[in-house]
Amino acid sequence: MNPSLASRHSWFEATARKRVAGLLDPGSFSEVLPPAESSPSPHLAKLDLPGAFDDGIVIGCGQLGKKPIFVAAQEGQFIGGAVGEIHGAKLVGLLKWAVREKPAAVLLLIDSGGVRLHEANAGLIAISEIMRAVLAARAAGVPVLALIGGSCGAFGGMGIVARLCSAILMSEEGRLALSGPEVIETVAGVEEFDSKDRALVWRVTGGKHRYLMGDCAMLVEDEISAFRAAATAFLADWQEPTPSVGLLRATQRQLEHRLTAYGAYRDGLQIWAELGVKNPESVPLLDRDSLVALKEGLPT
Amino acid sequence: MLCGVVGSGNLEILLNAGDLPNQCVVEIKTAARGFADTWQAVIGAFAAAHPAGGTRIAINDMGATPAVVSLRLAQALAEYQGGVQ
Repeated sequence: MNPSLASRHSWFEATARKRVAGLLDPGSFSEVLPPAESSPSPHLAKLDLPGAFDDGIVIGCGQLGKKPIFVAAQEGQFIGGAVGEIHGAKLVGLLKWAVREKPAAVLLLIDSGGVRLHEANAGLIAISEIMRAVLAARAAGVPVLALIGGSCGAFGGMGIVARLCSAILMSEEGRLALSGPEVIETVAGVEEFDSKDRALVWRVTGGKHRYLMGDCAMLVEDEISAFRAAATAFLADWQEPTPSVGLLRATQRQLEHRLTAYGAYRDGLQIWAELGVKNPESVPLLDRDSLVALKEGLPT
Repeated sequence: MLCGVVGSGNLEILLNAGDLPNQCVVEIKTAARGFADTWQAVIGAFAAAHPAGGTRIAINDMGATPAVVSLRLAQALAEYQGGVQ
């Protein structure tokens, strides 16, 4: 076997537990509510569906570059990483604990389609509690980073949660949006959005598009070690800003500008052209380093 | 000891120390109905082929095939015994 292949550890292909183990300093992770102590979802049990012992999320603490870090990782293979009541409660508990303990950061390894529809209201309430808890942690001065590069991306409520974080680190394989492609197609029709067109889906929600739009702070290779290096580098230069109305207004102005400038467009290609990319068609084929160089050369 | 994930065609196995050294207790939750005989055969073959006494095994299954179940059981036991030593 090609040795470079053997030494690769894809973030996209890894389970939540593998991601956590490879992201933090080796052997430093200590799980809170491990599978033997956690409870599977009572809602799924009522529907006669098998639950997961950890309800699809791994939480705990560890170290990154010897700094204390809290981490939560969603398991995308279990019902699309969807947020149920216990899953959400574990994440909220971790964030509230962070407000008290003040670790150097909380890392959210998001891999989720959003609310677990089987748990309806409990899942929706969980999402709103997570949103509030992310903001509470940030207000306490604890940076919260979203790491997105799993097969389920970050959609629905978890897309909102990701955008509430201090910053987003993303691979090309990652996706970020509110309504997922299938949802848009179901609600508005295939003329509005063809969810089977995978290239289109990535041109509208994928990591490269989010990076060009400035929605994610860093674009990283699909490697566990690349996410580790990016999170370490980001935190080294990051000071969590004090929340202020001025910051919110500035973000609001940016979003209004985006809507005016791009609201009528239907494809990432059109937006990239507007951003000043000379050959938008070439963007999907660029490797990570070339895309980062391209973005740095764009007019601001 | 946990191995596997509750994903399509996969299962997770939680393996802990049991109460009796000559007994292996298995509890299965599965999305697929009507496969009791198959489960019996797979678990029986596992217990006959491996020193699984003194363990308690809990399974959450999302439609794993018998071959996947056998491999995961062997993996869970190997990791458990590796960790105990």
